[in-house]
Formats: sequence, structure tokens, C-alpha cells
Amino acid sequence: MIGIAALDHPADYFTWGIWSISAPNLILFAILVLLFVGALLLPFPKGGEHK
Amino acid sequence: MTTTDLPRVDAAPSPEEPTTWTGKIRALWMRELPPEKMLPETQPKYVSSWIYVFGMLTIVSLIVIIVTGIVLTIGGVQWWHTSSFGHYMNSLHFWSVQMFFLFMTVHLWGKFWMSAWRGRRAMTWITGAIAMIMSIATAFTGYLIQTNFNSQWIAFESKDVLNSVGMGALINVTDFGQMVLMHVALLPLCVGVIVVMHVLLVRYRGVVPPAEAIDHAHTVAITEVAS
Repeated sequence: MIGIAALDHPADYFTWGIWSISAPNLILFAILVLLFVGALLLPFPKGGEHK
Repeated sequence: MTTTDLPRVDAAPSPEEPTTWTGKIRALWMRELPPEKMLPETQPKYVSSWIYVFGMLTIVSLIVIIVTGIVLTIGGVQWWHTSSFGHYMNSLHFWSVQMFFLFMTVHLWGKFWMSAWRGRRAMTWITGAIAMIMSIATAFTGYLIQTNFNSQWIAFESKDVLNSVGMGALINVTDFGQMVLMHVALLPLCVGVIVVMHVLLVRYRGVVPPAEAIDHAHTVAITEVAS
């Protein structure tokens, strides 16, 4: 994890055929997907009156 | 002269009907977007979902960006290199931008798969798209004025891109003064105006309901008519 977070060397890259993505971008994309899925599935706290 | 030539009393404008352009604008505003619609106290039940929170989170991030940006502007573009408080403000400015784009992306995904342009909300969608493009341009100029090796690298890589599409004469990314002014004046103004338009349109048209809510309401209406 420290290696991934260190900024004093080029990022690690994952490659599948023609597809290539850096570790920071892959982590960011995973966070985005987790946030999106969580926003759809996690229950919203009840409170206040809604019409 | 006959009586029909006299001006009709009931044709005179009523005291409530404005005759000036300022009054007409006020009347139009009050009719289309009254205070209770602009700042509502309740929302439809379907808004009780985390996916509806991300638009507001994006705006909150934008507020932090603007406040920290103002502090950085007062200090000067190189102040943060030599001041711990300036460094802290610079980091807050940078990370609030990261949060801004993170929240805006989830907001975009949510609205895209919700077909949020339904119900005459096309302009709401379009202003949101323009806000995102303007934000990318603003963030880009921000990277260019960091006054470090990173900004030099980005400037000299991106000048080739802009030259290749014929924009190099208009936008010189190696011109620090031009990039500073674009980042702290022109582009934030554009983003601010388009975001205000976007939010006003959301209030005007209302928050887009999920497709299921429309289907349910339609089914209920058909059932009531049939029974």
C-alpha cells in the first residue's frame, strides 16, 4: 500500500491485452463504483416529514 | 366623440400588474419560481436515497474550493510554498477539488442511468454537462499554476495538445499570467454562473423522479379511471 501511495516513482500499471490502467486510477475507479453501488443499496436514515 | 372613444376604465392596469421591466421580471420570477418552490421545506418521498445526496455534496465541495481559493488568492500564487498555513490551504483546495470531481461523477452516473432529462429537464442536464466541462478546464488551469515541476511538466505536455488542435494562439498554457487569470477569474465565474443556472433549473422543474415512481403513478391513475 505504501508503494502504491508513494509519489516519488512512476505508478504501477495493470495490463490486460490492449487495456492498461495505473494502480491509482484503478483504485479511484473502484472507489467510484463502491460509492455508486452503496448509494443505491444502503438504506437512507429516516427523519422528518416527507410528502 | 362617442363614449366608445374614451379609454375603458377596466382596461387600466391593476395596482398588482407591473408596468416596469423590473416589476415584470419580479412578477415572472414570483410566478415561475416562488420562494416556497425555490427553497422548499419538503421533498418527494423518493428523494430519501443516498443517490440524491451527491448533487449537494458536489456543491458543498465547490463551496470549500471557492473559500480556500479566495484565501490562496489573497496570499498569492507562491505563498503556499513558504507558509505552513498556506500549504494547508493549498492541500484543502486540492483535495476538495478531488472530492468535487468524485461526487460529481457519481451524481452524473446516477442521473444518466435515471434518464434525468425526462419531464422537460433537458436544459438541467445540458447545464450540468457544461458545468462539468468548465470544471475540467478550471482544474486544468489550476494544475498549471502550482508553480512546481508538476505544473511545468503538464504545461509543456499540454501545449502540444492545444497546438495540434489549433488553439495554441488563443490559449498559451506556458503563459503563467494568462493561466492565473483564467483560473481565478474567468473560469470560476463561468462555473459559478452555470452551476447557479443548473440549481435554479432543478428547483424550477423539480427533482427527477425514478422511472418506477412514474410507472406506479401511471398504473394507479389507470386503475382509478377504470374502477
